[in-house]
Amino acid sequence: MKIILNIIKKEFSQFKRDPKMFGIVLIAPVVQLLFLGYAATMDVNNVHILFLDQDKTETSRNFIERFESSGFFSIDYYAENYDELTEQINKANVLVGFVIPKDFSKNINKNVTVKLQAIFDGSDGNTASIAAGYITKIISEYSQNIVMDYREKKGLKVLPVGQISTEVRTWYNPYLKTRYFMVPAIVGLLLSIITLILTSLAVVKEKEIGTLEQIIVTPIKPFQLIIGKLVPFIILGFISVILVITMMNILFGIPVRGSIIFLLFASFFYILSTLGLGLFVSTISKTQQQAMMIAIFGIMMPMVYLSGFAFPLENMPQILQYVSYLIPLRYFITIIRGVVLKGIGFTDLWQETTILFLMGILILLFSSLRFRKKLD
Amino acid sequence: MSINRILAIAKKEFKHLFRDFRMLSILLLFPVFLLIVFGYAVNFDVRNIKLAVYDQNNTELSREFYNSLISSDYFQISHFIKSDSEVKVVLDEKIAQCILIVPKDFSQKFYSKENVKVQFLTDGVDGNTATIIQNYVNAATASFNSQKTNHILEQKGVKSYIPFDFQPIFWFNKDLLTTRFLIPGLIAMILVIVAVVSVSLSLVREKERGTIEQINVSPIKILELLLGKTFPYIVVALSNAIFILIVGYLLFDVEVKGNLFLLAFTTIIFLFTSTSIGIFISTISDSQQIAFTISTMVSLLPSVILSGFIFPIESMPTLIQILTNITPAKFFIKILRAIILRGVGIEAIWDQIIYLLLFAGILLMFASKIYLKKENI
Repeated sequence: MKIILNIIKKEFSQFKRDPKMFGIVLIAPVVQLLFLGYAATMDVNNVHILFLDQDKTETSRNFIERFESSGFFSIDYYAENYDELTEQINKANVLVGFVIPKDFSKNINKNVTVKLQAIFDGSDGNTASIAAGYITKIISEYSQNIVMDYREKKGLKVLPVGQISTEVRTWYNPYLKTRYFMVPAIVGLLLSIITLILTSLAVVKEKEIGTLEQIIVTPIKPFQLIIGKLVPFIILGFISVILVITMMNILFGIPVRGSIIFLLFASFFYILSTLGLGLFVSTISKTQQQAMMIAIFGIMMPMVYLSGFAFPLENMPQILQYVSYLIPLRYFITIIRGVVLKGIGFTDLWQETTILFLMGILILLFSSLRFRKKLD
Repeated sequence: MSINRILAIAKKEFKHLFRDFRMLSILLLFPVFLLIVFGYAVNFDVRNIKLAVYDQNNTELSREFYNSLISSDYFQISHFIKSDSEVKVVLDEKIAQCILIVPKDFSQKFYSKENVKVQFLTDGVDGNTATIIQNYVNAATASFNSQKTNHILEQKGVKSYIPFDFQPIFWFNKDLLTTRFLIPGLIAMILVIVAVVSVSLSLVREKERGTIEQINVSPIKILELLLGKTFPYIVVALSNAIFILIVGYLLFDVEVKGNLFLLAFTTIIFLFTSTSIGIFISTISDSQQIAFTISTMVSLLPSVILSGFIFPIESMPTLIQILTNITPAKFFIKILRAIILRGVGIEAIWDQIIYLLLFAGILLMFASKIYLKKENI
């Protein structure tokens, strides 16, 4: 026990001697949170649109006005011809070029169907399809008004049937902010970076400098070394979790609805698996450069993609969905979103928690054994 | 400056790289692996959303209504809810992402010319998917309404009238596939990792081991050292870019529409900018751990989050929009998308190129100042 404490002490004094590193580890989470919280939004609320108004009547201007007042569009240009429209789309200055045909108001008055054309820069498929949704809505509301007038003219004030309207209620995230979706998941991401990458770097550094061999000839047992090396990172990990949860509440007004204690327990289980992975990386790499590249390319990135952190798992091909079951971050993100946003606890999340715990133990055990073997 | 000395250093660095076979294969293979995982995993296209139906009305009309919703591939009915208490469970346990509640008096009200409300409960945790669901549901209901109304009116002899026929046309990416949009961004990201991160690490390693002092006392000039050291990484990064383009074409149908030479030219310029970031980081950090953390913070993360790679810049708050200019990846991604997806020429992207060059120049100037100062001490 004393030996373990000594190693921990040594690691901490190494931290202290290197204040740059310590500062970075503490500041990094906050900066990342700020970036992700403010910038990571997929909400589409400012679509740059261009109008090619060939009609130029009061009716067409009224129609354009509807886009402006919807709040989703900013009208940047009025084009005079198709060439101008094409040029602005090619330069990616606007996302949509909307064409109002010459006989727009005339045909509305005559009750003839008007063809409306909108040309989208489809490169960003997601944004384009959401923008198309907004436009469809504006058009259908406008056309409803016209149809009402038309029916009134025909003496059909009352419709033959009632109208169905939908009331869409969103739970857990009523304003549909991507932020609510992203920010809690950042805790998982940060924990992975701190515990996984930094652990593997710390261990490989000793290898690279050659101090690991000096440790091997001392009476320190491998498991003592492992525990001593890992504990400081567990502590760092917890500090950053608490830091991020506090900042989340202060900066973005996202409180933890569920039990914080349960969340911390789950974080601990998750840390077990990331530490294990970090240790594993250190056993297969000889230099810090290798360790970092393997950790980033081989573990972190796939973990981020396949965990449901930013990209919905439901949309992935079946095989990748199966692979995602092997990724600890997946369970941790489900837990943290559940606890923070939905306020659910162990009774609803016992499956994820158990899997996370078992995975953590298994990965850590496997890596420790491998690490010991390498030492011998 | 002597070409011979640069070549000698480059040769030495190449030897380092080739001797470290593991590192080389990581650098060459992982980006492709990443692309494949990424290409298949990242998909914002909303399809087959699990819908649970709570039909309290249970009439022909209510069935017709929800069947009209699932006629597209947006929804698939995963569950029928029987009681009120089930509603919460279904969303909490993610049995469905969306619940449709048809009220008891649905058909009765509809036929007695009253307006009825159906409720949609969606799991809003993923705001993006929820917005798309909302848009779709509104549009589908509106079309169900007008279909029904027109049908009955027509029976009464009133001609139906649809004021607008709206045709959205999607250029460059007809099927609105997300992969196509993301692959150019992925190239930028991988180049950032290889160029910024590995360059800074390889320079700092010499510092950590003390070999940099030996180089300092040799007649090698700083510029020669930098050029020689970064050259191998530029070669690796370029081959990465080529690999990604080939795999992207074979697996994901991403074709380069524009000029390949322009693409190569701009890629080299971006690599120049990224390596100058790597060099700058190496001057301010003393250990590989610090170099790694700084490069993740100032280059990797911003180029994922602030570059418009995934998250549209237009939707960010103004302050953050200004901040996005600190990441050269933003400009390179614009260039890549312009060349690969839209096939436009240099006239649409020259301003981005100039920016990249300026960025590199300023950073290199700072880096050499800091480096010279340290050397004099």
